[in-house]
Parts: sequence; C-alpha cells; structure tokens
Amino acid sequence: MASTGEMILKASAADMRRGRASREARIVLTIRLAVVGVFFLLWESVSRSGLIFQDVVPSLFAIGQSIIKLLLSAEFWKNLQVTAFETLTALTIGAITGVIAGIVLGANRFIGDAFEPYVYYLSPTPRIILFPIMIMWFGIGLASKIALGALSSFFSIALSTAAGMRQIDKVLIRVGKSFRATSWQMATKIYLPAMRLPVLNGIRLGFGTSLITVLLAETKLSNQGLGYMVMSIYNRFDMAGLYALLVIVFAIAGLGNMLIGRLARE
Amino acid sequence: MSSLIRQRWFPVTFGGLCFVAVGVIVEALLRLGILNRYILPFPSEVLAAMLRVIEEEDMIGRLGVSGLEMLASGLAVVLVGVPLGTLLYRVRVLRLAVEDWIAALAAAPIVLAFPLFLVIFGRGMGTVIALAFCFGLAPVVLKTTEGLVGTRQVLINVGKSLNMSSSQMFWKILFPAALPSIFTGIRLSWTFCLIAVIGVEFLVNIGGLGQLINDLAERYDMPATYAAITFVILVSVLFFILLERLEKWLQPAR
Repeated sequence: MASTGEMILKASAADMRRGRASREARIVLTIRLAVVGVFFLLWESVSRSGLIFQDVVPSLFAIGQSIIKLLLSAEFWKNLQVTAFETLTALTIGAITGVIAGIVLGANRFIGDAFEPYVYYLSPTPRIILFPIMIMWFGIGLASKIALGALSSFFSIALSTAAGMRQIDKVLIRVGKSFRATSWQMATKIYLPAMRLPVLNGIRLGFGTSLITVLLAETKLSNQGLGYMVMSIYNRFDMAGLYALLVIVFAIAGLGNMLIGRLARE
Repeated sequence: MSSLIRQRWFPVTFGGLCFVAVGVIVEALLRLGILNRYILPFPSEVLAAMLRVIEEEDMIGRLGVSGLEMLASGLAVVLVGVPLGTLLYRVRVLRLAVEDWIAALAAAPIVLAFPLFLVIFGRGMGTVIALAFCFGLAPVVLKTTEGLVGTRQVLINVGKSLNMSSSQMFWKILFPAALPSIFTGIRLSWTFCLIAVIGVEFLVNIGGLGQLINDLAERYDMPATYAAITFVILVSVLFFILLERLEKWLQPAR
C-alpha cells in the first residue's frame, strides 16, 4: 500500500504535468493568434503599400465584403448545389464500385496479386487529363464531371477496402463460414462491419479527390458549378471575389473532410 | 498450376494479359460495329498513333518541358520543406500550433487557385512551378517533422553521451534516422507536384505534356489523344515506380 508521502508526491507530479500542459496550450493558442495576426498585417501592408499591383493583393476588407456578398447571392448557392450534386453522385458511384472492387481484390489472393499493383500505380496519376475522354463518352453536361469524379475516388476507396479486407480477424470469417453465410451475408454481416474504418478513410480520401477533379473539370468546360464560377469571376478580373470564392471552397473542402473523418472516428 | 500461381511474376503478368485481352475485345466490338468508333478509337489505331505523336508532336521535347517544371518545383519543395519540417521539430510549440494547418493544406484543392497564380506569375512556366510547389509542399514538411520526432531515444542518448554539439547531433544522429521518413515525404510531394504540373498544363494550355493532350483533344484527333493520355499515364507510373524503388533502397538506413 502506498504511503501518504508517496501519494502526495504523485498528486503533485500530476498537478505539475497538468499545469505544464495548460501553459503549453496557452502558448500554442498565442502562437496561432500571432501567426494569423502577422499574416493579416503583412497582407494588408502589402495591399496598401502599392509595391504590388493592388488588384493582385486586394485588401482584406474587400475580400471580407466579397465573401459576404457571395454568401448572400443566389448565384453562389445555385452553383454550390450543382457542384455538391456532382461530387456526391460521383462519390456514391466511386464508393459502390470501389468497395466491390476492394472486396474482390482483398478476398482472393490471386486476383489481388494480379490486379492490385495496377490499381495502386494508376491511383496517383493525374486524372484530369482523362476529361477529354469523359467528354467524348458522356457529353459536356454534368455526366462527364460525375464520371471523372467517380473514377478519381474509385482508386483510393478500392485500395483502402482491399487493405481493410486483409486486416479482418480470421476468427470472424470462420464464424461466418461455420454459420454457412451466403456471399451476400458474408459481405454485409462480416466484411463491411469489420472494415468500416478503412472504408470510411478511403471515402474521406475519395471525397477530396472527387471534389477537386469535379471543380477542375468545371473550370475547363462547364456553364454551372463552383469551378465555372471561379473562371467567370477570373474573366471579370474581380480579384477580391476570386479570393473570396477560393476561401469559401477551401472551407467547404475542409469541412467535408472533417465530417467524414469524424464519422470514421465515431 | 498451383506452383505457377505462387510465382511472383505470374499474377502480375496475368493481370497485364487481361488488359491486353480487353483491348482485343474492344477492337473486335468496334470492328463489328457494336461499339461506336466515333467515341472510342480502335486500340490498334491508338498504338499506331503513339509513334506518330512521339515523332510529329515533339513528345520528347514536351516531356523535357514538363520534366523541367517538375524538377524545379520538386527541388523547391525539398529545399523549403525539409528546413521547415526541421524548424517545426526544433520548436515544439510552433509544431503544435501549425501542424494541423499544414495537414489541412495538404488536403485543400490548391490547384483550383490556378487563375490566381496566372494573374500573379503570368501565363508561363512560373505559374506551373509555383502552383506545383504550393500543392506539393505539405507532405515533405509533415514527414520531415514526423521522422525527426520519431528518432529513437537510445540514438539521441548515444549522441548526448558522446557530448555531440547541436549541429553534430542533427547531421550524425537525427537526420540519418529521419531520412526514410523524409524520403517518403519527398515521394508524396513529388507525386503531388507531378499531378499539379500535368493538370495545370492541361487546364491552362501551357507547357509540355498536359498541353499536348489539350491540343490533340481540341483537334478531335481521337487516336492521338488516347495515345498521348496513355503515354502520360505510363510516364507517371514509371516515375512512381522509380520513386518507390529509391525509397525502398533507403529503408536499410533505418
């Protein structure tokens, strides 16, 4: 049994650790605020100095105004709806095909060895160059963007699912087989619940790649969507508006990523 | 047969042959008129167009332009990213403050900001290099910090017991221990750079291989477009394999 002295020493050590952690948290917060403050200050100084053409570095006030203006405009929400529809449809198609392909690659060693290296090495190639092919196959409307987004998200989801499939506890698979579960029951009752985390991680990565591909495709050839809006603002040379729209798009991408990440953790 | 399946080369060759078989089936379906030849060219025409594109469209010269942009952005990423990662390792509170932001930067669709870069750097190589640099910076910073933080305490203790100076400690202990992780970061960063270089060339219609695909697609030269896309994908895959081999070669240093 620990003596009273030892207990006091342990308690004071824990207090010291807590104190050090809270001091560190305060310093971290101060540094964050300082970094943001210095960035804003430098930006505003450069903007007002006249050293650089002012339209290239518009004042933060102008960017803030543009953000509010964009968020209040019906045009922004209409284009956001189009991009969200394209990205989510692409992600759904990519997720369904990716999970099926991942299960097939992960369940059979020979098929995995035969095709996974190709999926792995094709996954980081620049997908936007396939856009001309998608236009030829699916036309210039939403379908070509959805197809390209689905193709982009497919690879990361298939690879994550295949890796997750191999990590499943063999006992669970034996239990399923001993109950004579059908292939569909094995997939829905054993495989998918057991590899929820890698699949959701793959979907999180797939969301990022599918969003960026859809946006880039919209900048290339489209008359709606946020990518199209970026190009139309650029063509008007409204730099404050361009910065504002990019800030909003980055925030949306970060938020989507965070939501799927949180879902995976829960 | 089972011993053949266990051979490492057999499944990969089988996979490759399956792709060839798909090509042959597509060729047959096109010749039978089941598939539309106006949206899908004959695979044999694509193969023939590959040589034409290499000779007539100055493919090697364009590869050089893209390679140069890739090299410039890749070197800049290493020259800035590794010292920045080291700084984050040295100043713990700074690391805690900005590491999450850098990770968020890695996931941000930075390439979408290409119109902004066009205004700042003009319509030329500067835009491509600057954008590829911004897109590829985060992984090398994060992996450098991760490698340095993950250095085994026993190695640091050995350095301390030998009374090493701060500089000796870094170059003799920390840096070699973190090298495999740093190279993983470089591999990821250069992959990002390649995607950005080809992507921006294609979108803005400037530079090397990306521009070629855009040009051929606008001319509606379908076999040549498919051939150029295949060529770029092959070059990208070779590049990744090469980087991966280099990374594996560095692994024993761990």
